[in-house]
Amino acid sequence: MLRRTFLVGGLTASGGFLLGIPAVKALTGEDAGNGAGEAGGKIGFFVEINPDNTVTIGVAQPEIGQGVRTSMPMLVAEELDVDWASVSVRQMPLGIVKTADGFTWKYGGQGAGGSTAVTGNWEFLREVGATARQMLISVAAARWGVEPGACRTESGEVICDALGKRFRYSDLATQAAKLPVPEQKPSFKEPSDYRIIGKPTGVVDIRDIVTGKTRFGIDTEVSGMRYAVIQRSPYLDGTVKSFNDSKTRKVPGVVDVFKIDGPGPDEPYLILASGVAVVATSTWAAMQGRKALEIEWDKGPHQQESTESFWRQAEKLLADTGQVVRNDGDLDAALKQASKVVTARYEVPFVNHAPMEPQNCFVHVEKDKARVIAPTQSPSGASRAVAAVTGLPREHIEVEMTRVGGGFGRRLTNDYVAEAAMISQRIGAAVKLQWSREDDVKHDFYRPSGLHEMKAGLDASGKVTGWTQRLASAGKYYRRPNVAPEEQYAAELYIDDFPAQIVENLRIEWFEVQSGMPRGSWRAPAHTANAFVVQSFIDEIAHASGQDPLQLRLELYGENRDLEYGQHGGPVFNPWRLSRLLKHVAERIDYKARRPGRKGVGVASHFTFGGYAAHAVELEVDDEGSLNINRIVAAVDCGIAVNPLGVEAQLEGGTIDGLSTALNLEITVEEGQVVQSNFHNYRVARMAQMPAVLETHILPFGDKPTGMGEMGLPSLAPALTNAIYNACGVRIRKLPVRDQLKQALA
Amino acid sequence: MIEFHVNNQPVSFSGDEDTPLLWVLRDHLSLTGTKFGCGIGSCGACTVHIDGQASKACTRKVSSVTGKRVTTIEGLATPDGGLHPVQQAWIDADVPQCGYCQGGQIMAAIDLLNEIPEPSDADIARKMRNICRCGTYVRIRKAIHRASATMRKGT
Repeated sequence: MLRRTFLVGGLTASGGFLLGIPAVKALTGEDAGNGAGEAGGKIGFFVEINPDNTVTIGVAQPEIGQGVRTSMPMLVAEELDVDWASVSVRQMPLGIVKTADGFTWKYGGQGAGGSTAVTGNWEFLREVGATARQMLISVAAARWGVEPGACRTESGEVICDALGKRFRYSDLATQAAKLPVPEQKPSFKEPSDYRIIGKPTGVVDIRDIVTGKTRFGIDTEVSGMRYAVIQRSPYLDGTVKSFNDSKTRKVPGVVDVFKIDGPGPDEPYLILASGVAVVATSTWAAMQGRKALEIEWDKGPHQQESTESFWRQAEKLLADTGQVVRNDGDLDAALKQASKVVTARYEVPFVNHAPMEPQNCFVHVEKDKARVIAPTQSPSGASRAVAAVTGLPREHIEVEMTRVGGGFGRRLTNDYVAEAAMISQRIGAAVKLQWSREDDVKHDFYRPSGLHEMKAGLDASGKVTGWTQRLASAGKYYRRPNVAPEEQYAAELYIDDFPAQIVENLRIEWFEVQSGMPRGSWRAPAHTANAFVVQSFIDEIAHASGQDPLQLRLELYGENRDLEYGQHGGPVFNPWRLSRLLKHVAERIDYKARRPGRKGVGVASHFTFGGYAAHAVELEVDDEGSLNINRIVAAVDCGIAVNPLGVEAQLEGGTIDGLSTALNLEITVEEGQVVQSNFHNYRVARMAQMPAVLETHILPFGDKPTGMGEMGLPSLAPALTNAIYNACGVRIRKLPVRDQLKQALA
Repeated sequence: MIEFHVNNQPVSFSGDEDTPLLWVLRDHLSLTGTKFGCGIGSCGACTVHIDGQASKACTRKVSSVTGKRVTTIEGLATPDGGLHPVQQAWIDADVPQCGYCQGGQIMAAIDLLNEIPEPSDADIARKMRNICRCGTYVRIRKAIHRASATMRKGT
């Protein structure tokens, strides 16, 4: 969509050179012509060459810890051919442009979700860099009276070897900025010539982070702004029946108290809950005011809901026939003819995102415009949220992005932005809304919970001939507008996942559990549940049929070939790439070694959103059922690694997230209320739970990168529980592991 | 009026004496490097030093620091920008992902190294209780060993 002809050069106020895209033309598909004269100093630009020959590169994506502020500029800098040390980065705001039929992107798509930043910008940002380089070369060539082909670039300079002359980019930038963008698409470097891509590169903002200078959303301070908190209904879809704010209004600093109306029980979530807002002159005053509120709640339609009732409902559903969402061959015949049938049920709980930075947002709604400063994964969603609240035209809503203290999918939803807009509009002033940790744990779009029933048929040789997965879950498309009932399953079951197209007779069924729990995207969404279930079940099949779990996987994954993959991360899936990773981690962990006593090893692998990962875990279980994780080996195939240091960080982080969640994390419900409230009862892993050794390995493949934010997570949980089984014979079919070993071994 | 020192500067606070030090630092002194994470002294994102000892600013009433010397993450580097060895170790080990908890982690790590100059992995597991939701623990461990080596060499 974003073609070379839409790139445009321009001058910065300081005489530097800018290159970017004039979006209106680019995205409405109109011919942008040479476009050079249209470049205002402020729109659409990624590259800025400064008079001192340093380069400032704009980053359009939100940084949530996945490393885009480092990896995105690396793509531009590589093809621009500048030294990485000369590069600084700047966060770009949301860029949307009004068109005849809605809105479109000004700087290309912006958002952090689905591990898409590197894949989505790989061609585009390299082209931005290469085009700028080409324009700089043509200015130099003209000055020297030589062909551009006689020039080369290196470290921010154009060089003509024949003449023995060179120009710094900054000497050429002013003139280059006035050139029309070349008609010819620039050529890219050969990968063998890369000096930045593929080199381990540290976090670009690290000095500011370790000195406390980095500004997150929560650090926003605008002169005269108010501080607000909200006491939300603790009951799912509960409402405020009445409230008494007389004590609250006596708290020094409290300036206003009012009701916030939430969505009706079946309505889409603009915000999560009804509640009472307290506005004050400081965060602490607002929190104290909230504490003094007396609220009577209408407990709403889900006051009987509990975790127990959820599982009862799921079990009841599985007794029936669900929505068949994939049906290959003849499963029933395959199971009837099978010489062995293996079956098992697995439970996956609701979990909370728990980013370290509690939700917050600055909004200033004025008569005809609004300003938003938000830690968000979806700045366009923030713009839509404020428009929905205020009725302001979106082109008059400015959205700035800060560094974000963790996303994990939570900040794909901008309910906290909508809340801040409601408050700002009501008080007619700028406000920073602050959630507490309790707010964040109790009001989330939780990872969906589900009960999975698995059944496999094997022939006499141990070959898997039939496979079925039947899932009763509360899907994340709940209350989402424009998702038909028959499409609800699609967020919970990716029907082309392994072992589709490998096991001939295969059926997948879905059942919807009714629940008032809000649900949403949690890092690697349904892959976390399905990798646990499928990779555990493969082990169970292997054990039931006297096969080795690693060998069975290698046989099923088969030879090097592409299978069709119609869901996110496609269009193809090559299971052989999982075999390659599995063999690697198995060797590193010494899979075949005999492990006496209650020591064990387990492996698992999974394909997530285009990337491939495998884990091997070695652990020991003591007589009381305590778990000691000696070693985790993680390997990833993300195509080519743009920033190996960042890839390793994501693989480490995904692995630890997988471990933390599998060991201890679960959100439960009683009488229509979330039970957990803070880190004392939602026990995110700490240093003490870390394995003694965590190894990460990158196995390159091909010539294109995939994303990395999510694929390091899903295969950890089953590798862990497979290792537990190998160590002590206890099969974990219900997450989290928590005290199940202690109970089983008591 | 509460008077104390923050990063070697005298400061005063005339509001509610029960206000946690965290919110005085953040809302009144604009020192936002100290982070709010849980409000119950559990996650450690708000770790500061009070008279040289690590403390959770979110559960510490400002009245309790009267006359004391508070150091925040902003106060670790020398005025000319020279980094504390632990900050440098964090850079060398490329620790942060989102970065939100790292100020508190660094303050906790300095406290650990003051007490145990050459900590084992077990010491680190026992003393480093701060949460990092991104899971940078392995790099934190590496950075602490690195800083330990630098600091011992330096003395």
